Amino acid sequence: MELGFGAEYDSFRQEVRDFIVAHWPPADGDLKSRANERAFVVAAIERGYMHRAIPRRFGGSEQEPDIAKAEIIREELTKARAPAGRIPGNGLVVPTLLEWGTEEQKARFIAPTLRGDIVWAQGFSEPNAGSDLAALRTRAELIGDKWIINGQKIWTTHAHKATHMFCLVRTEPDAPKHGGISYLLVDIRQPGVTVRPLIQMTRQTEFNEVFFDNAETPADMLVGERGKGWNVTRSTLKHERSGIATMTWSLSMFRDLVKLAKEVERNGEPAIRDPRIREELAAIEGELMSLTYSTYRATSHDIHGRDIGWFQTMPKLYMTELAGRIAKLARDIVEDDFTDMGGARLKWIERFMISLSMSIAGGTSNIQRNIIAERSLGLPRDRVPGAGA
Amino acid sequence: MNFLLSEDQLAFLSAIEDLLRDRCDALRVHKIFDIEGDAQFDAELWAGLVEMGVPAIFVPEAHGGLGLAMVDLAIVSELFGTYAAPVPWLGHALATVAIVLGGSEAQKARWLPRLASGEVLATVAFAEGKSVWFPGEWQLAGADGSLTGVKTLVPNAAEADLIVVGVAEGLALVEKGAAYRTERADSGDRTRPVDTVLFEGAIAELLADGLAARDRLSDAAAVLLAADAFGGAEHCVKMSVDYARVREQYGQPIAAFQGLRYQLVAMALATEPARGLYWYAAHSWDALPDKAAHAAAQAKAHLTDTYLQVTRDTVEAHGGIGFTWEHDTHIYMKRAMLDWVWMGSPSRHRLRAADFAGW
Repeated sequence: MELGFGAEYDSFRQEVRDFIVAHWPPADGDLKSRANERAFVVAAIERGYMHRAIPRRFGGSEQEPDIAKAEIIREELTKARAPAGRIPGNGLVVPTLLEWGTEEQKARFIAPTLRGDIVWAQGFSEPNAGSDLAALRTRAELIGDKWIINGQKIWTTHAHKATHMFCLVRTEPDAPKHGGISYLLVDIRQPGVTVRPLIQMTRQTEFNEVFFDNAETPADMLVGERGKGWNVTRSTLKHERSGIATMTWSLSMFRDLVKLAKEVERNGEPAIRDPRIREELAAIEGELMSLTYSTYRATSHDIHGRDIGWFQTMPKLYMTELAGRIAKLARDIVEDDFTDMGGARLKWIERFMISLSMSIAGGTSNIQRNIIAERSLGLPRDRVPGAGA
Repeated sequence: MNFLLSEDQLAFLSAIEDLLRDRCDALRVHKIFDIEGDAQFDAELWAGLVEMGVPAIFVPEAHGGLGLAMVDLAIVSELFGTYAAPVPWLGHALATVAIVLGGSEAQKARWLPRLASGEVLATVAFAEGKSVWFPGEWQLAGADGSLTGVKTLVPNAAEADLIVVGVAEGLALVEKGAAYRTERADSGDRTRPVDTVLFEGAIAELLADGLAARDRLSDAAAVLLAADAFGGAEHCVKMSVDYARVREQYGQPIAAFQGLRYQLVAMALATEPARGLYWYAAHSWDALPDKAAHAAAQAKAHLTDTYLQVTRDTVEAHGGIGFTWEHDTHIYMKRAMLDWVWMGSPSRHRLRAADFAGW
């Protein structure tokens, strides 16, 4: 049993480090520049450090699968705060195109997507189709060589920054619920598409409503077969769930919490000296360590082709509950500042709310519970078809 | 990354599990649990485990053992937790660790081969009542070669041939026949009997490096309890899941009711990820000395707290039958109680972890 990757990976890690040092931060020091980010991503793909599973002919780096290498690259990029080449929607659409797209769609979209020249928004949820996604009603009709789209999407992450949308639309109104859906690619910079930001409870805007009013997309922008879009989404959703389930976010939030507990004073002492705070902090750390080392265990099992077991379905819900617990301890520490939206502790007030978004986005916590019940515990499926998966 | 068990470890576990499946089924555990009078251990089962080399795990090869590590002790402890095995493992395993860590060459040569072969049964005496558990708190003094005073919650002291006693000077060996009496406690967990030991001028020999070894020894205790807790908790979750699939009400398995499904999910979610924590604590004990005390405290706190709660949930998941003496749940709950208490409560371990973290 060992936690590292073993000596055989030391030289690989060093290569990655050397590469990063040579390319990031960029020569002009501008960390926010899109051109600098693009140049870094292009160089990293060239070296085989990014988009490793994607064939060269589609703009990827086509490497042998190696979870250890992928993990080392991720660690080193994170440490250096270098661009990771990941844009949320893009990571969802590329696997789908690889699996279901036509050769023409792959050739046209994948490479620019990997470089970040095309930015995708996901058009799945609708006002009346959340967890029950297949209840969606946005319609597309094939008229001549164009799909004409009418309807509304919601919770569309970063649609205001996106150039394109991959979306689910109803193309066969008379077919059964799951059977009438198709998967379309749409250029959303067109007059028929209106993007309206949703203001969240934190006052931030990450999500949008997107309205289609006779929007158009060419007939060959259909991915997979007509009416078979539900199957096409399966690869997308799988990727989103494992993508969200990274523990890094919890770790850094916990480090911030410890810092907060050391900074804030009560009765002339740092809050961290209060046994009640200390004990809860330690309890949270116990859960965080459980998540961390079970994730290492799962990664090791993955590398060696062994079954991960029950843990497979659990990280997202575990992290969600952990984030809530962290946010609540922060509330107990800041006490009176907890309502001061203009004060120094605003970040924690926001986190108190943002931690809830984890229980909704990418499959609500109750849907996660259904998945754990069915896939890990082997309990019978929910009686409503589709409610567990 | 190799944070996983080796083929050898899996094979060893599987052989032990075969024995437990065969000789430590629930019926057998109930039978031992329900023996009239003082609680007893299962001598036949222990003999079988001795034959497989289980007590030899941590003993160096030079002294007739298998020369394995804390991880190996821990994964075997998990298995005993799973089966609620009524064997004198906790005390014997820790006494072995104590002598490996703290014994002089002569002390090791004298005791370890016989501990490995099971010829000598040993245990450890830490608690002194009033929540005294940790080495820095031990009041019993053994410097002059004799011990007088009381140790509590000592596993299988009545049956033990050798007791490793935590004393102000470190660790002391007291052999059977020395001046001490044992009183078997009326402890809930009748699979792992504990005694009060009253030392009345008992001849005691200090372990040569006992003072240096005792903190490591108490970390080892925390790790093994955490491992037992994981095995027990996971078994309770599986037992509850299995029951929910077969028990029918309103014409369907109760597993179809979302309220119960979510309760089962909560139990599994509390339990399964904690496996990584106890593995890490055992691995740290072996390989990451500066992390070991913190990890052991965290594992003991989190796993034993979780185990006790999961046994409560298990009763709820089973309904009336789960509340009865004939059902297995109460045996696991009582093991969970001992895991929770022994070597100090979760709350104390969390405060220690906070200290170790430098907060």
